[in-house]
Amino acid sequence: MTDYKISAKGVQVYYGDTHAIKDVDVDIEDKTVTAFIGPSGCGKSTFLRTLNRMNDTIDICRVQGDIRIDGEDIYDSAVDPVQLRAKVGMVFQKPNPFPKSIYDNVAYGPKIHGLARNKAELDEIVESSLRKAALWTEAKDRLNAPGTGLSGGQQQRLCIARAIATAPEVLLMDEPCSALDPIATAQVEELIDELRQSFSVVIVTHSMQQAARVSQKTAFFHLGNLVEYGETDKIFTNPEDPRTESYISGRIG
Amino acid sequence: MTDLSSTEPKAHRSLKVADARTKKRNAAEKRFRAYGIVAIAIGGLFLLALTYNILKAGLPAFTQYVVELEVTLTQDEFDAAESQMLKTAAYTDIFIGNFEANLAERGVAVPYDADAIERLLGKVGGDIRSYYRENLDDIGQPVTFQLQTSSRVEGYFKGRVNRDTIVDSRFLMGSDLDIVDALRDSGVLTSRFNWDFITGKDSGVDNPGGAGIGASAIGSLFMMLVVLFLSLPIGVAASIYLEEFAPKNRLTDLVEVNISNLAAVPSIVFGILGLSVFIQFAHLPQSAPLVGGLVLTLMTLPTIIISTRASLKSVPPSIRDAALGIGASKMQSVFHHVLPLAMPGILTGTIIGLAQALGETAPLLLIGMVGFVAREYPDGVVSGFMDPNSAMPAQIYTWAARADVGFYEKAWGGIIVLLIFLLLMNALAIFLRKKFERRW
Ligand SMILES: Nc1ncnc2c1ncn2[C@@H]1O[C@H](COP(=O)(O)OP(=O)(O)OP(=O)(O)O)[C@@H](O)[C@H]1O
Ligand SMILES: [Mg+2]
Repeated sequence: MTDYKISAKGVQVYYGDTHAIKDVDVDIEDKTVTAFIGPSGCGKSTFLRTLNRMNDTIDICRVQGDIRIDGEDIYDSAVDPVQLRAKVGMVFQKPNPFPKSIYDNVAYGPKIHGLARNKAELDEIVESSLRKAALWTEAKDRLNAPGTGLSGGQQQRLCIARAIATAPEVLLMDEPCSALDPIATAQVEELIDELRQSFSVVIVTHSMQQAARVSQKTAFFHLGNLVEYGETDKIFTNPEDPRTESYISGRIG
Repeated sequence: MTDLSSTEPKAHRSLKVADARTKKRNAAEKRFRAYGIVAIAIGGLFLLALTYNILKAGLPAFTQYVVELEVTLTQDEFDAAESQMLKTAAYTDIFIGNFEANLAERGVAVPYDADAIERLLGKVGGDIRSYYRENLDDIGQPVTFQLQTSSRVEGYFKGRVNRDTIVDSRFLMGSDLDIVDALRDSGVLTSRFNWDFITGKDSGVDNPGGAGIGASAIGSLFMMLVVLFLSLPIGVAASIYLEEFAPKNRLTDLVEVNISNLAAVPSIVFGILGLSVFIQFAHLPQSAPLVGGLVLTLMTLPTIIISTRASLKSVPPSIRDAALGIGASKMQSVFHHVLPLAMPGILTGTIIGLAQALGETAPLLLIGMVGFVAREYPDGVVSGFMDPNSAMPAQIYTWAARADVGFYEKAWGGIIVLLIFLLLMNALAIFLRKKFERRW
């Protein structure tokens, strides 16, 4: 029980009167990649955002239930969401670099969290983050160029670099590859596989192939319910629920 | 559905031939463009007419007519004049003596008497006496005096009276015009740029020639400083709180509605509020730039808050998400990312608010920032926020209300100065917007 990195019990999320997540139980292991799949609007992003309390920023959003990270209730009143988000990083569905230089984009997180003692250390963090995000070769000669001047796919990799620069323990990725070409996608997938050595990654994706390639566990959401959750191999080869089966084979979605 | 996707083959049409619908659409577009051009042309025409009128009426205020005369006063003459009963009369005689010599030197022969000199140049004796009493070292040396002609003489040069319309009075006689013309022809009387109008203070009701906008410009400057230093921080802080931190509930909705309403409240209401709160209740001095600034701050705040909130709103929410998502606090996300992006809008809004405040007259009338402020600066008027002063628009209003026609051009000239200030502020707004704008 306690060796789960994240453990969610009876999670309900409401947007005003809309019941977006209905009684979801999920346990996410450390050092694994967990994929969330499901048709559009089923609540994957919503659930992902409950894990780092990004839903706090939406006024009409209410979250109920028990979500623990390393055994600590993250919705406890004593928990500072700012600290939580430093530990649980996030890459958004739409690339959203700051309108600053590439360097500053990556360096911002380490700066505000005091992760570097001097410029050399900061440079080091920036370089290694960009390398991990497979952006170093393209960006190393234009670190002072604006991040928003990159292509869509490069921007998304910049956002990934920015997220890993703060050295999170959990990385939440909301369709990180939806704007990427196959080569960049492959690079990011490789990166995800690498990240798994040190943290747990939760990834939302619309691509079955991607889920099958990168994840060890898969959760299938449908209309706000968690329909099925288990080993990726099992979900894709031998799903228990007929809804999972029909989604995977392309009949609902 | 089925009849739309009918299988009948479509008749071939060339793309080069516009069909009826396309023709109609194109015609509508053309008409709309024509309306737009006409609207802009009408606006431009009005602007042109306005500018022409203002310049025509106001530019004469920037020209001054002076009689230039070299006077040498010996120590004996000075002592003699100072020992007399009628001292200024003695100085007038000295002046006339020099004047005569000067005219003779230039070969100008025109009859005049002491009264004519007073009608043309005012009380020259007093002017000369006060000069020498302040500059005792200049006694015995040639000093060039530039004596301003009376407003009636200026009126003659500026076309307000001519030889046909002149009515003899104690201010100006028809015969004086001969002297004036002779002086003009001989170069003793010249025109020059009227710096006194730019730097000077208000003058008495019968002396339009001496009136200047400078003192009230300084009053306006003081008020703008008060407005800037109060309304910018208060307005921006209020906007950031309302936009980024405040919970969305009935109370904040109410606050929001009221701010929008305040922006539409007539400025005179703020004036009466300032009168009752700042002057009658808080006992701040009347006519003080501080009070004027406070009243204008109240008036400007809603404008600044509305424009600041609009520019905060226009920052894409994904930027806030990005900052929060890597563990920045709310405040860090606002100050590091949102505010810099909103800055051009905030500055523009602030300067537009200030420009509005600069041109505001009505509330100033209520707190007594009109009227005759004749003290000399740099002490007097300029000495601060608490001393009585006027403001440019209020000064213009005062001039416009005066009987002497000479003040008419002063009012228009004042408007030109005011407009120049407004243009400068707008230019500053554009410059700041360009500077802070991030084009990436
Ligand atoms: N800010 C919001 N306000 C109100 N309703 C919302 C909001 N965000 C999401 N919803 C609703 O919650 C439900 C789940 O949305 P969510 O974004 O989690 O779907 P998703 O599974 O991520 O879809 P997609 O694959 O298209 O990204 C949807 O019905 C959506 O309309
Ligand atoms: Mg989504």
